[in-house]
Amino acid sequence: MFYREAGDFKVSYADDSQTFPIKFDRYRYYAVLAVAFGLIPFLINDYWANAILLPFLIYSIAAIGLNILVGYCGQVSLGTGGFMAVGAYACYKLMTAFPEVSMFLHVILAGGITAFVCVLFGLPSLRIKGFYLAVATLAAQFFLVWLFNRVPWFYNYSASGQINAPERDTFGIIITGPNAPAWATYLFCLIFLTVCALIARNLTRGTVGRTWMAIRDMDIAAEIIGVNPLKAKLTAFAVSGFFIGISGALFFAVYLGAVEVGEAFGIQKSFLVLFMVILGGLGSIFGSFAGAAFLVLLPVVLKVVGVDLLNWPTDIVAHFQLVIVGALIIVFLIAEPHGMAQLWRVAKEKLRLWPFPH
Amino acid sequence: MKKTLTTLALGAAMAAGPAMADLVFPDLSYRTGPYAAGGIPFSDGYNDYFTLLNERDGGIGGVKAKVIECETGYNTEKGVECYEATKGEGALVYQPLSTGITYQLIPKVTADGIPLHTMGYGRTSAANGEVFSHVFNYPANYWNGASGAVNHLLEINGGDINGKKIALVFHNSAYGKEPIRTLEELSKKHGFELTLLPVDHPGQEQKSQWLQIRREKPDYVVMWGWGVMNQVAIQEAANIRFPMENFIGVWWSGAEFDVEPAGDKATGYKALTFTGLGMDYPVYDDLKKFVVDSGKASGAGDQLGSVQYNRGLYAAMLAAEAAKTAQELHGTADITAAMMRDGMEALEMTNAKMEALGMAGFGPEFTVSCDNHGGPGLVGVVQWDASSKTWNAISDFMPTDGEVIGQLIEEDSAAYAAENGIEPRCN
Repeated sequence: MFYREAGDFKVSYADDSQTFPIKFDRYRYYAVLAVAFGLIPFLINDYWANAILLPFLIYSIAAIGLNILVGYCGQVSLGTGGFMAVGAYACYKLMTAFPEVSMFLHVILAGGITAFVCVLFGLPSLRIKGFYLAVATLAAQFFLVWLFNRVPWFYNYSASGQINAPERDTFGIIITGPNAPAWATYLFCLIFLTVCALIARNLTRGTVGRTWMAIRDMDIAAEIIGVNPLKAKLTAFAVSGFFIGISGALFFAVYLGAVEVGEAFGIQKSFLVLFMVILGGLGSIFGSFAGAAFLVLLPVVLKVVGVDLLNWPTDIVAHFQLVIVGALIIVFLIAEPHGMAQLWRVAKEKLRLWPFPH
Repeated sequence: MKKTLTTLALGAAMAAGPAMADLVFPDLSYRTGPYAAGGIPFSDGYNDYFTLLNERDGGIGGVKAKVIECETGYNTEKGVECYEATKGEGALVYQPLSTGITYQLIPKVTADGIPLHTMGYGRTSAANGEVFSHVFNYPANYWNGASGAVNHLLEINGGDINGKKIALVFHNSAYGKEPIRTLEELSKKHGFELTLLPVDHPGQEQKSQWLQIRREKPDYVVMWGWGVMNQVAIQEAANIRFPMENFIGVWWSGAEFDVEPAGDKATGYKALTFTGLGMDYPVYDDLKKFVVDSGKASGAGDQLGSVQYNRGLYAAMLAAEAAKTAQELHGTADITAAMMRDGMEALEMTNAKMEALGMAGFGPEFTVSCDNHGGPGLVGVVQWDASSKTWNAISDFMPTDGEVIGQLIEEDSAAYAAENGIEPRCN
């Protein structure tokens, strides 16, 4: 009934190969965009922006980035936290060195710098695979955090070793710092997320994405059919690094405003983003959104339900949260290894046939 | 998926709703994670004092105090979420008990006009009220602590520590790095040699640092640790037989749970303090009568009299006194955050006042003013005795090197003001 293809005629190749070939899907997508751009900025307040929407948008970008590397190209990475730190520190250095330049440019440049660093650390992937690559990227994680703690140039020699985002704007609208309005920070991140998701979606269904998937599925076979593994793997690292760098820059400059590298970009951040990708679904853009939404919202929902509604002690709720998230990860891995994206696909398939399943 | 979860959260948030006409004191606590050992007693003390005021006096100036607790786990992201979740409920003052969260909140509270009290932690240069209008760190800050530790060393060495080696074992974060600048200045002034030994979060792994201490044999070790890091450090010091009386921790490294795991070997360990010790204060009789015996104690109710519980109690007392001052100043019982800020800036803690509260000698006497948000910075030293399981004061609240610290505060706050375009006030 909902996902009816009947009557939805395609008369050109462009129509046939669009991202959302089913009419209902397409309209839903337009509706989500319209609400996100046209409605939420008018309703948003500080709590919704800083506690829920900003982290969701920023983690979504990071999850898309990691999904390109792990889900599409099959290169396991545990260095996400470190690469986000590169984005954050690059953004900080740019913001303080060129205060008059627009924030858009800073964030994009921070993404570019991270892409470069990510390619450097991706070089070993040409020789090593699987667990060994995971260990190599783990080394990147620890090295980068150590570096940003150790070299005072990165934090402009501040006494505390922290970096603080000064007030910066784009087109005259304040984006960073405490006086930035909630709608501006939200829209700023939303624009980045929308563009990143569009780029990712179109890359993954084009030649580049197909070479990534060929490498993921069987690298030797891919090489035999003419895929250049050097190019495929390094482009995956570069694109992934670019997105992760953007998310790190936004995470520091727009969301938190002050960051300490060991605490904000430690190994637990790498795992958090990896969990988002695994729970959401490897090799799926929608999965990145779903995973990020799930892991950002779950703690907030549990807290609101447990503390505010049921009046439980805060420590019990915090402990419960660990238990529930852990249990859910195990359940998902057993019941649906392909993540929430697969659940969504199955549900769609069912809806297409409903109410006549045979 | 996204939409359904958001609507769920929206519904829940609306159902929670704000409570009106109470004096709201949010408590950004942490009862979980590697720093919970310090977070639990502090939060218990903070909660219990307000419960006492409500039960005994019917609130502050006739208006009930309400503490909203929010778990941060010492994590800055959750700290921000807690701040945003509670600020709409009429929060009067924030006390996050975390230097990382403090750095996060300083620009936010200034923009939102809510005072922030970081008692003995946070950004030291916030003591300069000319630049930091909404941040207070009375009665003592980290640089007072660093100077207090050095002063104690001077005292036991007859005023000369030239050529001595001092190692600083610190939590590798904004918190642990805070005293370095002062210690460097003081090492120039007094001629001691300073070695820096960072310990990474959470601090369970310190073998290499203590190996280095064993090799380099510093005369004294000063520690800026928190949470599980303290226990591990004291245990490691005992393992390499470092003389405990040469080992001094800051006030956040000097609680019972820090020294107890090392057993008898911890005897002689020293720590700094700016609050009173034990339960030998009349206020504890009231706490027992109105809070503990009626079953209204926060948490498990087993932390009374412990070091960090007393600090929580003290923090709550200072907040309540500032609220009273604000009520008198503005002539209304129902104060706002802006009035609370004025009250904190006009706060006067005299011995007579503390005696009336049943907390005589619990903290130093001090006055806050527009340009001085840091108080006098009086620091005492305590020593652990494992056989009786007590901390014994071995020095009174002593003044610290105001000359060096004042200069550093001036420099650092001027840099902050320049960075953020703040015009000095108070003139």
